[in-house]
Amino acid sequence: MLSIAKTEKSGNTTNPRVAYGEALAELAAENRNIVVLDADLRTSTRSVAVREKFPERFFEMGIAEQNMAATAAGLALAGKIPFINSFAVFCTGRAYDQIRTAICSARLNVKIVGSSAGLSDFGDGCTHQSVEDISLMRSLPNMTVIVPCDAVEVRKAVRGMVEYRGPVYLRLSRSDMPHIFDDALPFHIGRLHKMCDGSDAVIFAAGTMTAKALEASQRLRLGGISAKVINVSTIKPLDVEGVLRESAGTKCVVTAEEHSVIGGLGCAVAAALRKTRVPLEFVGIQDRFGMSGTSHEELLEHYGLTVAAIVSAVKTTLDEQRRSPVPKFCQSSPGSV
Amino acid sequence: MIADGKIRLLQRKACVLRKHIVRMVRASKTGHLGGSCSCADIVAALYFSEMNVDSSNPAKPDRDRLILSKGHSALAQYAALAELGYFPLDELDRIKRIGAVLQGHPDLTKTPGIEANTGSLGQGLSIANGMALAARLDGMQYRIYVILGDGEINEGQVWEAAMFAAFHKLDLVVAILDKNGIQGMGFTKDSLDTTPLGDKWRSFGWNVIEIDGHDMEQVLSALDQAKHCNGKPTIIIAETVKGKGISFAENNVGYHNVAITQEQYDTAIRELNAVLAGLPC
Repeated sequence: MLSIAKTEKSGNTTNPRVAYGEALAELAAENRNIVVLDADLRTSTRSVAVREKFPERFFEMGIAEQNMAATAAGLALAGKIPFINSFAVFCTGRAYDQIRTAICSARLNVKIVGSSAGLSDFGDGCTHQSVEDISLMRSLPNMTVIVPCDAVEVRKAVRGMVEYRGPVYLRLSRSDMPHIFDDALPFHIGRLHKMCDGSDAVIFAAGTMTAKALEASQRLRLGGISAKVINVSTIKPLDVEGVLRESAGTKCVVTAEEHSVIGGLGCAVAAALRKTRVPLEFVGIQDRFGMSGTSHEELLEHYGLTVAAIVSAVKTTLDEQRRSPVPKFCQSSPGSV
Repeated sequence: MIADGKIRLLQRKACVLRKHIVRMVRASKTGHLGGSCSCADIVAALYFSEMNVDSSNPAKPDRDRLILSKGHSALAQYAALAELGYFPLDELDRIKRIGAVLQGHPDLTKTPGIEANTGSLGQGLSIANGMALAARLDGMQYRIYVILGDGEINEGQVWEAAMFAAFHKLDLVVAILDKNGIQGMGFTKDSLDTTPLGDKWRSFGWNVIEIDGHDMEQVLSALDQAKHCNGKPTIIIAETVKGKGISFAENNVGYHNVAITQEQYDTAIRELNAVLAGLPC
């Protein structure tokens, strides 16, 4: 993995936070309405990149996320495009009611950027790790939820957020991520991206887990299983038709996310596929909080968010499908799904 | 010295607002009578004298803004907006019905003239601060008025916003604290005492003006003083009576969010008509 320091200058970073800061500073140069708020974490969230270039449009809010979210609502009401920044767990959890009432119920043009998401703030443990933020944000009417799979997609997503008018939650990992998103591909909110094709299984993945899903697909191919990988960076609004189209004719579907299995990508895909009979399995965090670890990867392994876990989920689900092609609940009550 | 005619006109307006409040409480079976009536004089002074607003151009960029942070007192704001023609007066009778323009709490997506969605308490001052930051960036001079409740300031976010406004010298923000002394479950002094209010806000770096919130001359004078305070946000601490103008509801903890009988409705309207009769045009 490349270090942040080494890649920062080249503008070709593998770190999603650095890419975010750079992209936002570029966009702020183009659009005078962009304003940026942070709650005493600006060097970590990289919102500092805007402060360095446009100090008059950067507001240090202090450690006060609720005030930050509602202040952003006021800025949006007066025509600005505010980006609020903190760790994912604080800006979604601590300020949930402000996001709900002041921002989402009024459909305001506020962008919420949750940094150090998932387990990526490995050392700080449960309090600083967000494994339920997607669920919280996804349940809010008017909210859009974006989980990019690498630094390239982050850059494109930030531009997409500015072009879109309405509340958006952007979820960013703290860790470097391998380049997997094709720089030539356009980013559109709500669009699925096919990362590789396959006919036996479909893996819908987001964020950190998309690269792992690609690796799982390569391993499966060695064993004669052809698995398609779809990067679902827009978890809401989910491209339901796309999910149905990509799943048509497949033998099984697996979802992979660095988030609780409750309310995240898995649930969104399951809802989209609810009228099909395709066997479905979730790779995600099993209704547990995070904990401290010595590295992000170590924690991902501890919680079963690995290439091996995706491979196993695909194989197990395919085996079950072979043994019992029609799910049991369908056999017992024909006609109901 | 403010002309007597102007004072009387605004007193009449406040009385009309109270009549509309009673009308809405009856129409919707139940409503926040007490807190709406306590801030009626302040709302009348703002909309019918102080604020630069235009119902024929509700989104004009240089307009002054009013955020009712104590959103449950929306009835007072709805009454003023209807009087100004933001929507037909008939809408007052449809309040809280399915699909109505007027919701239980302010909703800018449904009600013309509403500037922010409030109702979950404690958020309005932060929203006002955001507007003031935007005004500063845009070189605009519009003022942002925020009505807070003395129960509402139990919410910690209010103090985050109070610190922020003073730190950033947001002198376009004018908060008005409707100090009616009663919150949902009883007297504020028995629930979570928020006094001493003046000292608290002064220590947070605010320009504090303390007035009788039902004395129209004092209300106007305080709003004028706020405009001349540079480099500090102003809070007008307005001593008020919950349920003001309606004998059976005045300073009565039972009239926070209530249903009223036909008899009570008749009494309230009779009392308010008597006040109007004493205020010749």
